[in-house]
Amino acid sequence: MKLRPAVTALAVATTVFVGSVATAQDFTNQIGARQGMFKMNGVSIGILAGIARGRIDYDAELAQAAADNLVNVSQFNQAPLWPEGSDSDAVATTAALPAIWENYDDFLSKFADFGTAALAIQAVAGDGAGAIGGALGGLGATCGACHDAYQKSR
Amino acid sequence: MKFVTQTLVLLILLAVGVGFAVTLPQFDDTSDLLALDADADRGELVFHAAGCASCHAPPGADDKSLLSGGARFISDFGTFIAPNISQDPDFGIGAWDVHMFAAAVRQGLAPDGSHYYPAFPYASYAKMSDQDIVDIFLYMRGLPSSSTPSLAHEVAFPFNIRRAIGVWKARYLTDDWILDDIRTDQLERGRYLVEGLGHCAECHTPRDILGGLVRSKWMGGAPNPSGDGRIPNIRPDALGWSALEIADYLETGFTPEFDVAGGSMKAVVENYAKLPASDREAVAAYLLSIR
Repeated sequence: MKLRPAVTALAVATTVFVGSVATAQDFTNQIGARQGMFKMNGVSIGILAGIARGRIDYDAELAQAAADNLVNVSQFNQAPLWPEGSDSDAVATTAALPAIWENYDDFLSKFADFGTAALAIQAVAGDGAGAIGGALGGLGATCGACHDAYQKSR
Repeated sequence: MKFVTQTLVLLILLAVGVGFAVTLPQFDDTSDLLALDADADRGELVFHAAGCASCHAPPGADDKSLLSGGARFISDFGTFIAPNISQDPDFGIGAWDVHMFAAAVRQGLAPDGSHYYPAFPYASYAKMSDQDIVDIFLYMRGLPSSSTPSLAHEVAFPFNIRRAIGVWKARYLTDDWILDDIRTDQLERGRYLVEGLGHCAECHTPRDILGGLVRSKWMGGAPNPSGDGRIPNIRPDALGWSALEIADYLETGFTPEFDVAGGSMKAVVENYAKLPASDREAVAAYLLSIR
């Protein structure tokens, strides 16, 4: 029965090892999802900025779809995407600074500012390139404010 | 033995003498500046292109025209604190004439002949034209005053020996341009903005152990002295942006992926958005011509 402690130790070690691997991989889906979310915003803003700068012909339907999508993203409940520990200190593939979780209310309030700016652009998406351009600056500022505080510089 | 001692003393005296001569301030003759007509509107554009307010406005200030200083810049050599360069005659530069201003900006020399630390990017501003000097000087004359005292830099021995900066200047200050092959007026303008006023290389080019730019790795990216992450490599092969994308970025802050500029580049974009589109296009043309 001398084997018993050894087996127990092995079992414990295996559990710890598998457990830690599982922990390290735990955030893959959340990080991928939130990065995808920002890429979706990139596509939407690309359309709106292209129209505002005259690089894409104004198309009311396309502009409205892009603006609506920004609003949709802004209304997606963020809580499940930002589990504690899924930060840039722990995971190499994310630029989300630990400061997010130290100032979580401020982080959510900055995300809400993005939502307000998205609503503003949604309201004018049907009014032509000039109106879109006018609202775009405010939207960009909300992106920048959050990146300044919570995105690791690359 | 006596001979050895004599030789040694002679060598030391020689070294001290050369060091003394090299570190003596040599003011350039700027009497030609007086013949130029200054224009404050043009000066405002020079002011933005040179990014003066990005460092000299107090940290977090909305009003970037009050140049009372106070921003802290952490480096390997210590922490530099931007001085007050507002128009206050006692606490700022309100009592300076245009010659003192030119010596400060292009040579890193204070009116008393002492050397400024190269955290002040005079190694780039050395390229500033006479016309731009008189224009920006006149523009800054119209900016407000602040009686906030400048704070001393937090720099330890041996870097606190200002005299030694003269050696640094002798080693690194140069009139040579990096890009020699200039075929168009646009490229020449871009070179002036990037290598001169915009002082882009001060952050985007790595430095050697004494803090001089490694010119062979021009715009090749560098560690961020004041934080985590790296200042990006913006050589054309690494950046991969078109001229249009670079110019758009400098105007709107949006990258080609419609990410948004953060950190120090946010202030750069604020400034470059105020310049004519032709200037942003010139910067783009220059960056794409780096080989």
